[in-house]
Amino acid sequence: MPRRDDIQKILVIGSGPIVIGQAAEFDYSGVQACKVLREEGYEIVLVNSNPATIMTDPEFADATYVEPLLPGPVAAVIEKERPYALLPTLGGQTALNLAKALAEDGTLERFGVELIGADYEAIDRAEDRERFAETMAAAGLKMPRSAIATTLDEAVAALEVIGLPAIIRPAFTLGGRGGGIARDEAEYRSIVERGIEASPIGQVLLDQSVLGWGEFELEVMRDREDNCVIVCSIENIDPMGVHTGDSLTVAPQQTLTDSLYQQLRDQALIVIRAVGVETGGSNVQFAVNPATEEILVIEMNPRVSRSSALASKATGFPIAKIAARLAVGYTLDEIPNDITQVTPASFEPTIDYVVVKWPRFAFEKFPGADPRLSTHMKSVGEVMAFGRTFQQAFAKAMRSRELDSHAKLDGLGVDDLIAALTPAGAERYDFMLEAFRQGATLEQVHEACFVDMWFLRQLQQLALEPDAPFAGERVYRSVDTCAAEFEARTPYFYSGWEQQAAGEVERGDNASVMILGAGPNRIGQGIEFDYCCVHAAMTVRDSGRDAVMVNCNPETVSTDYDTSDRLYFEPLTLEDVLAVAEVEKPEGVIVQFGGQTPLKLAEGLVEAGIKVLGTSVDAIDLAEDRGRFGGLLESLGYQAPPYAEAHSVEQALSVCDEVGFPLLVRPSYVLGGRAMEIVYSQGDLEDYLSRNVREDGRAIYLDRFLENAIEVDVDALCDGTSVWIGGIMQHVEEAGIHSGDSACVLPPHSLGPEMMEAIRQQSEGIAKGLGVVGLCNIQFAVYGAELFVIEANPRASRTVPFVSKAIGLPLAKLACRLMLGETIEDLELPRDPMGHDHVSVKEAVMPFDRFDGADALLGPEMRSTGEVMGVARDFPTAFAKAQAAAGAALPDGGTAFITVTDSDKAGAVAIAQTLHDLGFKIVATRGTREALERMGVPATELMKVGEGSPNVVDMIESGDVTLVVNTPTGSGARSDGWEIRRAAVARSVPCLTTLAGGLAAVRAIASARSGEAEVLSLQEIHRGLYSVEAEA
Amino acid sequence: MSREGFVLLEDGTRFDGQLCGASSGSVGEVVFTTAMGGYQESVTDPSFAGQVLTFTVPHVGNYGVSEQAMESDRIHVRGVVMRAADNSSDAPTADQGWLDWLEASGIPAITQVDTRGLVRHLRSRGAMRGGIFAAADAGTASATVEAEPPMDGQNLAAQVGPSKVVRHGESNSGPRVAAIDTGIKMSIVNQLVERGVRLDLHPCDVSAEELLADDPDAIFLANGPGDPAALDGVVETVRGVLGKKPVFGICLGHQLCCRALGLETFKLPFGHRGVNHPVKDLRTGKIEITSQNHGFAVAAPDGGLRVETDEPIRWETDFGAAELSHVNLYDRTVEGLTLLDVPGSTVQYHPEAGPGPHDARHLFDEFVERITKAAA
Repeated sequence: MPRRDDIQKILVIGSGPIVIGQAAEFDYSGVQACKVLREEGYEIVLVNSNPATIMTDPEFADATYVEPLLPGPVAAVIEKERPYALLPTLGGQTALNLAKALAEDGTLERFGVELIGADYEAIDRAEDRERFAETMAAAGLKMPRSAIATTLDEAVAALEVIGLPAIIRPAFTLGGRGGGIARDEAEYRSIVERGIEASPIGQVLLDQSVLGWGEFELEVMRDREDNCVIVCSIENIDPMGVHTGDSLTVAPQQTLTDSLYQQLRDQALIVIRAVGVETGGSNVQFAVNPATEEILVIEMNPRVSRSSALASKATGFPIAKIAARLAVGYTLDEIPNDITQVTPASFEPTIDYVVVKWPRFAFEKFPGADPRLSTHMKSVGEVMAFGRTFQQAFAKAMRSRELDSHAKLDGLGVDDLIAALTPAGAERYDFMLEAFRQGATLEQVHEACFVDMWFLRQLQQLALEPDAPFAGERVYRSVDTCAAEFEARTPYFYSGWEQQAAGEVERGDNASVMILGAGPNRIGQGIEFDYCCVHAAMTVRDSGRDAVMVNCNPETVSTDYDTSDRLYFEPLTLEDVLAVAEVEKPEGVIVQFGGQTPLKLAEGLVEAGIKVLGTSVDAIDLAEDRGRFGGLLESLGYQAPPYAEAHSVEQALSVCDEVGFPLLVRPSYVLGGRAMEIVYSQGDLEDYLSRNVREDGRAIYLDRFLENAIEVDVDALCDGTSVWIGGIMQHVEEAGIHSGDSACVLPPHSLGPEMMEAIRQQSEGIAKGLGVVGLCNIQFAVYGAELFVIEANPRASRTVPFVSKAIGLPLAKLACRLMLGETIEDLELPRDPMGHDHVSVKEAVMPFDRFDGADALLGPEMRSTGEVMGVARDFPTAFAKAQAAAGAALPDGGTAFITVTDSDKAGAVAIAQTLHDLGFKIVATRGTREALERMGVPATELMKVGEGSPNVVDMIESGDVTLVVNTPTGSGARSDGWEIRRAAVARSVPCLTTLAGGLAAVRAIASARSGEAEVLSLQEIHRGLYSVEAEA
Repeated sequence: MSREGFVLLEDGTRFDGQLCGASSGSVGEVVFTTAMGGYQESVTDPSFAGQVLTFTVPHVGNYGVSEQAMESDRIHVRGVVMRAADNSSDAPTADQGWLDWLEASGIPAITQVDTRGLVRHLRSRGAMRGGIFAAADAGTASATVEAEPPMDGQNLAAQVGPSKVVRHGESNSGPRVAAIDTGIKMSIVNQLVERGVRLDLHPCDVSAEELLADDPDAIFLANGPGDPAALDGVVETVRGVLGKKPVFGICLGHQLCCRALGLETFKLPFGHRGVNHPVKDLRTGKIEITSQNHGFAVAAPDGGLRVETDEPIRWETDFGAAELSHVNLYDRTVEGLTLLDVPGSTVQYHPEAGPGPHDARHLFDEFVERITKAAA
């Protein structure tokens, strides 16, 4: 069947900000879909609130809307653009939920928009737990015994059927957010209450526990002629009980007999047909009892998922690309397999290697959070590794993780290590390997974790003979979908070790440039860096050289085999990168786009004789070394906050008074503000040092903290001699909040022209002084009328994609051209790219709802997982859009609760006054109420947490508060605030923890009163600005 | 004890590894399967007789071996080549470890071989003779390989089939099917018997008269090893039953039936062995993912090795018109025929699976339904 020509314009919905459970894999799938559909001649309208995505680059759609992924704004886009069809299956749960909402509220019908890929009925059958269970029963498939409850009483009654342990999952949430496993009734009651709260429809599914059963996933594709194929089987090494996103997984499955596997395959096909997903990919999860071979269906996703991204990367079968083609009418046999080019997509990939996926956690960022793994996903990223054997793949995945700190194994005996396996935690495999090294038996380990004996035996061998799998020679092999049955045309490689090497790389004679990726997503190093790497690959290709990508993160666009000329799916360690360089003999390597990961390798690469393109290793050191950088600033006559560097606790305590309190303290070489804190006294400092500093001689930085200063971020390009300022961003929150967690505005909304000029001049001075060739990010603090330089990073910053979208010029591509030898003059850039008639706001998205027990407070340590952007003609509207996109839509009325620290009381009056004028009821704790009333703002007093009931927290929990403004006291007594913020997070009530944020919010609320905000596409904002891009 | 060994191909290419399984050497046609599971089903499939089987999947033996996974009463491959062999027997369904079983069965095997390198070689040069040898036998290995007859022209079916009639499903009450057992897989027997068939397996030197003597409702032509062109006797038998009884053939049975119709067979460069081949049913347009194991294929009447049409075209044969029912979407080879003037149909692939997907099991339903109806 050929492509449909009854539809011309298709709306594609992205997945929004990176959050736990929904990461960059949907940028990958969305980009594939947009590319394919445009190739097919369709007009594409895209909506996604996340500026750090490749899909929101204006060249991937005809109209790109960076707008909140909420029914209102998307309906406005539909009304404006009038698409014929909506493709909802490539933007994760967010897109699916949104499509469902737009169908339910009549928008799709009103504008005659057809859902393609999966229709409303199919989505509902898969997503509504009750309907899904009915559908499975009707199809003759078994599921765990289950019940549905919308109240605690119903849930308690259901316990008789289900029994304990039981699994509780809220309906319609990402990655099982708000669910868990209950082993006793008290735990059961508490998780049920939380789950009902977390579900947008107030419903929880209660399941028979299948803890310890094997967990398997099958990726199914179906076309409109009902042809079905299984793209990949994935086996979770961690048995049922650990969320698949948090499990180590392996492809293909290793432990099922053919007969049992074929039963899973049969059932997967029955599931996709019964649910009625018309075309595209679905993921079906099964639990298999290893002793009885009983199979239970756990769930299905009627869309492209995290597992489908993994399956695509693991096999070379591009699920999203093919799903997009199927959605517009093609059948599987009409689509060629990209990799072989001679066979069709209607086949099942077979692979002759093993793939291991390893999740990346960030518990160190959330002290107090429960680090036990459960059915509630907690990992923030993942790595994947290929090997010719399981042990090769496992060891490569392990070294791909790039942990900031490794599992502490010192002093642990076998018994301690075995005990540490239950309950499962982030470091369980480190403990397991050490247990085997110390002589633990397979049975001992199996009893503690229920991991299949086959895997345990492999891991035991690896622990005892870690070098054995790597005997012989390293050889690069193709990922070819067909186990070498046909010749591979697409150069997608991994390394394996064989007795005799027979490599498959056909490099050709063209010059190549290696681009080192960013490795696993983690807090502080996210999709923004992958975005820059992809732009680097595009630019290198445009320059006529071969782009060679090295990365190990399966969730990214950079690891799509289409992005570069040759892709090496490899760990980003010096050894692995040098091995690629040996085969590639590149002209140079780009290390400044992948965040800290490749930067750490720069020195080793240079020592090995490989040319680092752009900014030199010495310039990197000049910026990183506090002493050298201080010297540069001094020579330029720029001010920096007083600081000192200490190499021991004793030294830190002796220099602290010289620097002066408050102090910002952190260890050296960190990204994302790891372990960075503000301390107000010698006592605070001692406490900090005892918690965070190991006496290993590495530097501890102490900086004077400029309280209440305005922080400013600059992204600039430099060719070594001239500098061009791409964007100046003013942070909404005051200095002290990590720049990655702070909202920011471009252009700055409250800096005068003189200050702007000073910022420009000093940015230029610093970029030139460092000798940057490429990108440079400089952070300043405006303290009163004075400008202080905080730091400079001679590499791509987190804000590059945001700035690029705000100004309409691709900074990373431009920087890459400089690194390849062009000059600023060659780029023909406008002098002031920010001088336009719109304002862009970036807001961070926090994962506090994932980490029960962690404080929902912003601070100098970065904790956000993603970002959104709001674009409008004025600041308040842009800010309101950004808040809504970040999931904390500002209320238009109700009750505002305000409690602020003494120093903020005066400032809080302005916020309260505006809210009062807007008709909000104000409630406050005693001190704040008194301060407000003195200034004539009426407020009702509430009890503090310790003062009895009903208190502040009760009121938030009961849903009677629509907005919280809570600034913490500077000196650390934070317990009351902690309770308040936790309650607000649980209730999804917007919670502003800074005065500046509060002020911006009330201005936004006021401006929203003037009507629904206009939706703007990037193309209309930047009309006429893409000439530079076209030349690039 | 060091068990250094190697695989040597007739063109002199050598791949080193570690011997496992039985310690004798083995020679045969070196082939590969891309199936990711079902190692036990594969090695006990009589169609692999005379062959040294290479698995492209790295880990083989993960879940041991069990009685249920036997496709015949013994191992038929001559040797096994692997990247990472496993001998564990602690999977809940395992009766024995894979390597222990190979050793006890006297089958040589080799592991830690660069199987991908070997497969790439076979893919470009074609399946060829070769063997598994101990390092100590390096001097004589080449002569041993040379001494092995090539697969073309080999009649292996007689060696794997029964010497007298074997009956299955005797307590069934469904249609009676007489099969020429050129090496039938248990999965085929089970599929038929599960559908109520009373199945008699005849030795492959059975005559048409003997087959028809009991007045069966249909004749089944089984899978099996070797070159169909070397089985003229069986082809003659098939000519003797065509038109008299409905015929259903699978794999070698398909090839023999086609030869009986007057079509030619030819040797594929490296065969089809795997469980992921897409086959299109030209009458419905539907695609099935199929289990395949054959080194020879049927040519079109014009001698063409590929069929470029997606239409169920008709060919004139010695027994009237035949419709091309199935085509392989990998290399466009013939995958099935339906006879229009006499009752009969054949498929090149394995609808019984074992190992592989169950997409085509409906062919057994249709066959049994058809002959049940005709018998009623």
